[in-house]
Amino acid sequence: MSIKPYISIIAVALSFGLQTHSQAAIPSDPKILHAINRLSFGPQPGDLERTTNLGVERYIQQQLNPNTIPESQALNAELARLETVNSSSLQLFEQTKLPRLGKGQKPTPEQRKAYQAKLRRVLDQAMQARLLRATESPRQLQEVMVDFWYNHFNVFSKKGVTRFLVGAYEKEAIRPYVFGHFRDLVGSTARHPAMLFYLDNWQNTAPNSPGARGKAQGINENYARELMELHTLGVKGGYTQKDVAALAKILTGWTFRRAEQPNVGQYGFYFDAKRHDYSDKVFMGQVIKGSGISEGEQALDILAKHPATARRISYQLSQYFVTDQPPPVLVERLAQKFLSTDGNIREVLNTLFRSPEFWDSRFYNAKFKTPYQYAVSSLRATGAEVTNFRPVVGFLQQAGMPLYGCLAPDGYKNTQESWLNPDGMTRRISFATALASGRLPLLAPPAVSPALEVTQLSNTLGNSFSVKTKQAIATSSPSLRAALMLGSPEFMRR
Amino acid sequence: MNRRYFLQQASFTAFSALATIGTHGWIARSAAQSSSLAPKRLIVIFLRGAVDGLNVVVPYREAAYYEKRPRIAIPQPNKVGGALDLDGQFGLHPALAPLMPLWQQKSLAFVHASGSPDATRSHFEAQDNMERGTLGLSGGTQDGWMNRLLGVMSGRNPIQAVNVGNTTPRILAGRVPVATLALGRGAARPLPIDRPQIAAAFDSLYSSSDAVSQAYKEGRLARKAILSNLDNETKMANNGAPLPNGFAGDARRLAQMMLKDTRVKLGFMALGGWDTHVNQGASQGQLARNLEQLGKGLAALQTTLGSVYKDTTILVMSEFGRTAHENGDGGTDHGHGNVMWLLGGGVRGGKVYGDWPGLSTNQLHEKRDLAIMTDFRDVIAVTLARHLTLSDSNLSQILPSYRPLQRNLPLYSS
Repeated sequence: MSIKPYISIIAVALSFGLQTHSQAAIPSDPKILHAINRLSFGPQPGDLERTTNLGVERYIQQQLNPNTIPESQALNAELARLETVNSSSLQLFEQTKLPRLGKGQKPTPEQRKAYQAKLRRVLDQAMQARLLRATESPRQLQEVMVDFWYNHFNVFSKKGVTRFLVGAYEKEAIRPYVFGHFRDLVGSTARHPAMLFYLDNWQNTAPNSPGARGKAQGINENYARELMELHTLGVKGGYTQKDVAALAKILTGWTFRRAEQPNVGQYGFYFDAKRHDYSDKVFMGQVIKGSGISEGEQALDILAKHPATARRISYQLSQYFVTDQPPPVLVERLAQKFLSTDGNIREVLNTLFRSPEFWDSRFYNAKFKTPYQYAVSSLRATGAEVTNFRPVVGFLQQAGMPLYGCLAPDGYKNTQESWLNPDGMTRRISFATALASGRLPLLAPPAVSPALEVTQLSNTLGNSFSVKTKQAIATSSPSLRAALMLGSPEFMRR
Repeated sequence: MNRRYFLQQASFTAFSALATIGTHGWIARSAAQSSSLAPKRLIVIFLRGAVDGLNVVVPYREAAYYEKRPRIAIPQPNKVGGALDLDGQFGLHPALAPLMPLWQQKSLAFVHASGSPDATRSHFEAQDNMERGTLGLSGGTQDGWMNRLLGVMSGRNPIQAVNVGNTTPRILAGRVPVATLALGRGAARPLPIDRPQIAAAFDSLYSSSDAVSQAYKEGRLARKAILSNLDNETKMANNGAPLPNGFAGDARRLAQMMLKDTRVKLGFMALGGWDTHVNQGASQGQLARNLEQLGKGLAALQTTLGSVYKDTTILVMSEFGRTAHENGDGGTDHGHGNVMWLLGGGVRGGKVYGDWPGLSTNQLHEKRDLAIMTDFRDVIAVTLARHLTLSDSNLSQILPSYRPLQRNLPLYSS
């Protein structure tokens, strides 16, 4: 051994050992860190210790059953301050209505401005609520699954009514079902005004039907196609253009209303029988008798239970939780569980978290974080109480992953190939540096000495840095050490 | 080898020696471009969402065009809001008037009834196909054809390809790293990593040759190059004359980099908003507004490229065309054949290329869409061969499994 690395190691020991000489640099159990990295958005101060005391198995079971974990009172109080977050879709339609004007009258510039400001406020609060929960909720797996399923059933926040509905969509159509049956998610998203608008099904109308008028005069296949290609079967899922056309006919008349009326669903869903195509259809080799809304339910049943759907969802879960190119044997095992439990997501996840593939140590800290995962895990690691999420929203925008801003219905990917690029690294390091130095205006940084902060941060992250990273940190200016940890190669991954 | 080329290579070599980047140092690997003096450039602009090519280059002699599009057709030339006559058969959408001088100077050409023969009507699948340069998901290639093109080009450097936008698109994804020019005016705003002390600390963290370190190093070098190339713009901004946000501003920033820095060979930009299922409009309206923005951007590219324009090809493409019939919502749905655009000094312009299949119902693909007579890869292949002077073996690396059909498309003057 040469002398030089030896000296560096001493320097590392010194720099990390000033306060708590005996325990600071002890690396944590890699299994515990792995479980936290994958079932949550990364460790908060104290998470490693708590999970070690709880045991990995109980940690997983608690996370799979979020009602067994008390929600954070502080978080609830912060969410309660965001008044539009608690509004339902129908209430939001009401709140964002343009003022009633006389015939031929146009809204004044002030009225227009106020309207735009209201829409922005609703979206701002939805983003704030999403980031607050992801950062602070102890029900972390629930928040991870909200991110996962939102991407799967993505709605873009810049198209018409979606500008104020994305938060309500997540709350009403995604959040309640993240551990439920897959069929619930397919059904709730199919009926939600945000999805009906985003993928144009609100206009999908039998031509020459009694209800055909205005913008709704003909067949619109957009939602039917994406429902099969992206939400369920997948592009090679064994369907043809004829099935897309049949499904579009089946879904004619599935639309929404902006106010409570007889037969209008809780969140605004409305089946317009006068615009429906009542002919019999052949869909995926099955005859579906023309009968109205129940045709759509039958079609959703067929899609949600299809083996191609089981494989597609299993592949995506494996890719999200295990590795970018998941082992086919794992995907097949999950698909079998999906099929035998009627698409029970909690059961599929439980199988996944018990699989040898999930615990294969080759995959520990091997998933490259998406910008969203990177930002949220950074905030969690610092333990900062955030009240202003604007800088985070801005980072996500620059990093190419604006929150609620994925234009395409396939949602954001979570692979290294999609997110590792030179500019992305530059952005992450700038974010890490600003966050660690307290220059990101999230709130005043906690008044602690830099040395203590660095030790705490290192402990929070399980002291799991490589020798090389430790050396680089130890030999850098103390004011940069926290930035180097958050900007380290190890912290780019989960 | 001529002197100028030698100097160019020497400066690349010096640059890569300073940079000493991991596994694929940037020393020239092949001399594919050695036959031409000035470095050739290629800019690809992808119109995401499937632009309605039939309303861009309008077949105004076709009765079927007007029959199928009662609400959204572009009137014949010399009528109110009429198309701008190109060749007596086709007319340009009036919102693209700023491009007519280029047409008259014969440096703008179109290839009509072109596209991907793959039958998909999914945006994502079709874009993926076109960006990978193959057909169908089983094509086997996961990287983009522009990245494979980088792989065979000489003079590897960190800003050889510049992507305008934040995430690397499929067309540029692959083994060879590319630089990113952020959208909008903030492209040159200072970042913490631009400060020497911070940069030095992170440099020591990322000194290995793994993929993440590689990306970090590419990012640092690209950042330096972009800051020095956009330096003037910052000064302009201080004088109260910033380049605008939006497509035209981004196009000018890209052109400025290409003009100032001979290392920038490839550029990519994407423009969305073409999925006009509803209220597409005709001479005015949604599509017209988007085309106006695109036209301004292309004109800005041409003027800002200045002396470099003569060595540049700008290729505009979109994943598929739209239905020949308008739909019930005053829009058009996902179709098949479309029009590709070529601009540049070497382009033999002033002509609409490609066989024209007609728009009568029995001439349409699946009785609803413009048929495809020219494979999009024919146009790419001719550009690679004639403009970038690549060899056949290079071509087959960039477009694997492609069999040339229309290699004789005379898109370039010899």
